Amino acid sequence: MKPIIPTTLLLVEDSPGDVRLTQEAFRDANQAIRLHVAWDGAEAMAFLNRQGANINAPRPDLILLDLNLPKMDGREVLAQIKEDENLKTIPTVILTTSAAEADIDKSYRLRANCYLNKPVDLEAFEALVMSINDFWLTKVKLPQLRQAG
Amino acid sequence: MPIEVLLVEDSPGDVRLTQEAFRDANSTIHLSVATDGVEAMAFLKRLGTHANSPRPDLILLDLNLPKMDGREVLAHIKEDEDLKTIPTVILTTSDAESDVVRSYQLQANCYLTKPVQLDAFEALVKSINDFWLTKAKLPQQRQTV
Repeated sequence: MKPIIPTTLLLVEDSPGDVRLTQEAFRDANQAIRLHVAWDGAEAMAFLNRQGANINAPRPDLILLDLNLPKMDGREVLAQIKEDENLKTIPTVILTTSAAEADIDKSYRLRANCYLNKPVDLEAFEALVMSINDFWLTKVKLPQLRQAG
Repeated sequence: MPIEVLLVEDSPGDVRLTQEAFRDANSTIHLSVATDGVEAMAFLKRLGTHANSPRPDLILLDLNLPKMDGREVLAHIKEDEDLKTIPTVILTTSDAESDVVRSYQLQANCYLTKPVQLDAFEALVKSINDFWLTKAKLPQQRQTV
């Protein structure tokens, strides 16, 4: 049997319903995922920079980032991740209800690795999480090196 | 409306396989091919015989290429204000960690290793189609340079 190496995901999302759905969908899709949740942009940056209570936070293999967040906007979180020499290699996928062309363009400009629309439909949401798992956590080569901060 | 994909690949066998796999996966894809890095940049910048080339919705980029290396092509794309928003997927036989990390540092949107097996290669092309060309939102604006 192949050893299961847990994949660490950071979900940055302020809607409790969406957090719950995402957790459940990933649990169904892939047992080896450890999903951490940051409820606003400031918490996401504290997690990534291991500040305060996050001193032992793991480095995520993949970040799922909502755009509209309290305290610090998702666009600013994205900009900070991609400007940081240590964090910039972590694939960061935008997962948002916004389908505005301006948000899509701006996100790719800020170096989002990919932009996904949250479907309103429950089944479509579960299918999208399944796709994220199948593509990003199965097919894609993610950086393995845990670089020092 | 056809989806424009630019494949930058010097191996004729891999070009052929990719063309066939995309044709099976999605008939609305228009696949253009550049066989070296210089041709890829000429295509993207519409130079010379490429004056009428379409703006790709997605780029599939090999790393080891003649004339101009894939890493340099990637750097040029991601430094260009007009081209940087085009999702650029590395598709290479290299699974060296240094190539993976370097590619993400150069802002590759994702990194895929080419499987040697035919079935696995076809499955990967199908995944690229399912994820990037069906699920992902791509920038729609055809910007003028």
